[in-house]
Amino acid sequence: MKQQELEKTSEYKYGFTTDIESIRAPKGLNEEVIKFISNIKKEPKWMLDWRLKAFSRLKNIKEPNWQKPKYPKINYQDLYYYSAPKSAQDKPKSLEEVDPKLIETYKKLGIPLKEQEKLAGVAVDAVFDSVSVATTFKDKLTEKGIIFCPISEAIQKHPDLVKKYLGSVIPITDHYFATLNSAVFTDGSFVYIPKGIRCPMELSTYFRINASETGQFERTLIIADKGSYVSYLEGCTAPMRDENQLHAANVELVALDDAEIKYSTVQNWYPGDKDGKGGIYNFVTKRGACRGKNSKISWTQVETGSAITWKYPSCILQGDNSVGEFYSIAITNNHQKADTGTKMIHLGKNTKSKIISKGISAGYADNTYRGLVDINKKAINARNYTQCDSLLMGNKCGAHTVPYIKNKNCSSIVEHEATTSKINEEQLYYCNQRGLNQEEAIGLIINGFCKEVLQQLPMEFAVEAQKLVGISLEGSVG
Amino acid sequence: MLEIKNLQASINKKSILKGLNLTIKPGELHAIMGPNGSGKSTLANVLSGKNGYEISGEINYKGENLKKIPVDERARKGIFLAFQYPLEIPGVNTNIFLKTSLNSIRKSKGEKELDTLEFLKLIKEKSTELGIDEKILSRQLNVGFSGGEKKKNEILQMKILDPNLIILDETDSGLDIDALKIVAKGVNSSRNSKKSFLVITHYQRLLDHIKPDFVHVLSDGKIIKTGCGELAEELEKTGYKKLN
Repeated sequence: MKQQELEKTSEYKYGFTTDIESIRAPKGLNEEVIKFISNIKKEPKWMLDWRLKAFSRLKNIKEPNWQKPKYPKINYQDLYYYSAPKSAQDKPKSLEEVDPKLIETYKKLGIPLKEQEKLAGVAVDAVFDSVSVATTFKDKLTEKGIIFCPISEAIQKHPDLVKKYLGSVIPITDHYFATLNSAVFTDGSFVYIPKGIRCPMELSTYFRINASETGQFERTLIIADKGSYVSYLEGCTAPMRDENQLHAANVELVALDDAEIKYSTVQNWYPGDKDGKGGIYNFVTKRGACRGKNSKISWTQVETGSAITWKYPSCILQGDNSVGEFYSIAITNNHQKADTGTKMIHLGKNTKSKIISKGISAGYADNTYRGLVDINKKAINARNYTQCDSLLMGNKCGAHTVPYIKNKNCSSIVEHEATTSKINEEQLYYCNQRGLNQEEAIGLIINGFCKEVLQQLPMEFAVEAQKLVGISLEGSVG
Repeated sequence: MLEIKNLQASINKKSILKGLNLTIKPGELHAIMGPNGSGKSTLANVLSGKNGYEISGEINYKGENLKKIPVDERARKGIFLAFQYPLEIPGVNTNIFLKTSLNSIRKSKGEKELDTLEFLKLIKEKSTELGIDEKILSRQLNVGFSGGEKKKNEILQMKILDPNLIILDETDSGLDIDALKIVAKGVNSSRNSKKSFLVITHYQRLLDHIKPDFVHVLSDGKIIKTGCGELAEELEKTGYKKLN
């Protein structure tokens, strides 16, 4: 038995839990629970009202079911909507005050906060379960007038900004999961970059799901004011679980005139075991608004984890000359399923979008690219280029490409290219003959396949992502 | 170095090698010639350990039976095959491929892995020695390479990986005279008492530049004649038909 457990652990490197006592809201989804969350976050009344409004709307919205990967019905009354490490009651003033158990967890994950602070120049707003436990580099950012803090703190300290922008990209009633998030979101990051400021470091958050049966509902809001620039990194791992865990975050980005936001994600949540048992449901809503002229939003994602990945990081190109980009690698192995892509909504003149999607399926996995390019009547001279490449490993997996193109403007140009290929035995043989074992060879070929996307990631992330790409496909050819 | 006894190989139930015997001692260079379809490339593939062949007989390399040893392990033990058609791997930088390969081999030998600077120095040295433009190394592996560039790249890889048993599978075909000379130079400068070569070729012209110790004629899966350098010249004049 013990041996078995050990083997299981070694399969998923980050599958461990820490035994910090959790404070939980009672099970179930109702007004009382929402009030509990709002109260524990010491929220003002307007925020609670906002949540309750979402909750009342939720009752009339149906869970969508048009996606390709189906999942067992979720009993929303059987989930906990709030859980926090006990030590977060007295928020630590510095890293030294942080519960050593937490720090140890991060170390196991390879995120030594202190070293990161010194070496990488990355400010980390770490989310452990639902509460932010440490925010670093604050002083350096404060100097520039940049706000980077947990959204719960922003609600108290910067209510005007939050009121103005929260829900302005993803409306409260957008769809079931977004509305659910609006009602019960626990924490997440808030970023505001003032006019003309170039954020001097990569902003980074590590999310982690820990307490069992806890749905995670993060809320992130990033605002880049006129002429500013920010690069934001998000990366996540989660401990091994038998029960499926729902993750329905909302991420909203707003770029004003001449501003640029680069949002990168490396997602490595527990994908379930080899037989498809367990694993995270990643139903995230990510949307960016290029509200100002000449603004730019760029999404880069490397998706290797989760049992089901269901998300479409999108750009609403409102401002004239604004640019939206989407670079994606979605790897599915064993019984993983992904239905992911993007939406590019062209509203302004001379708006441009670029979509590069690389889907890799192995084992029994099923991978769907679904994307919408929507060019409005007024989007004169809009331009889109889409490239979707799928790579299959073995003959039991699937790859699908479902592009939707709506063009209401005769001055625009839309291009779509798609390829599907199988990993080539001869290529593997060639690599093997040069002394690379099967795993190294696959890693190399896959990294080559994904190169255009990996290049978009910030340096320190790219190295990590390259390794992850190889690890995710271990044992899938043989 | 290499001892092949009664080697038989078939693919999809089609018998290709039908009892081949060959012994190559350290320091020797053997050439194998033969008409199309005689099994030359199959021999190269089988020696490297390529999957898909039904094999009987013995292949001993440095006294070890290779039968159950997979391709990558054979490569790490010092067997190198210069491909007749080197594969293209899009998105993979040639330098990175070669560095990964070299370090994988060095690691298995218990040698220190090279860092980027040491590696680039080695690349520079070897490419200069062969007269190969090192620019090809910063391109994607074999992608968009001309036939000659691909073959030269194989020879450069051979120089860098420093194997013991080197099999050249028609490395000379499709080369112009300058590229041919680079290939020959690569081989000649590598010859020493610890390395052995098996050079598979259609034409005698490569053997003008590389002097073999032995020339074998392969026909219908068997070696039907063995001689020294003059045999190749003779074949050039008379063709294979007369031998049958």
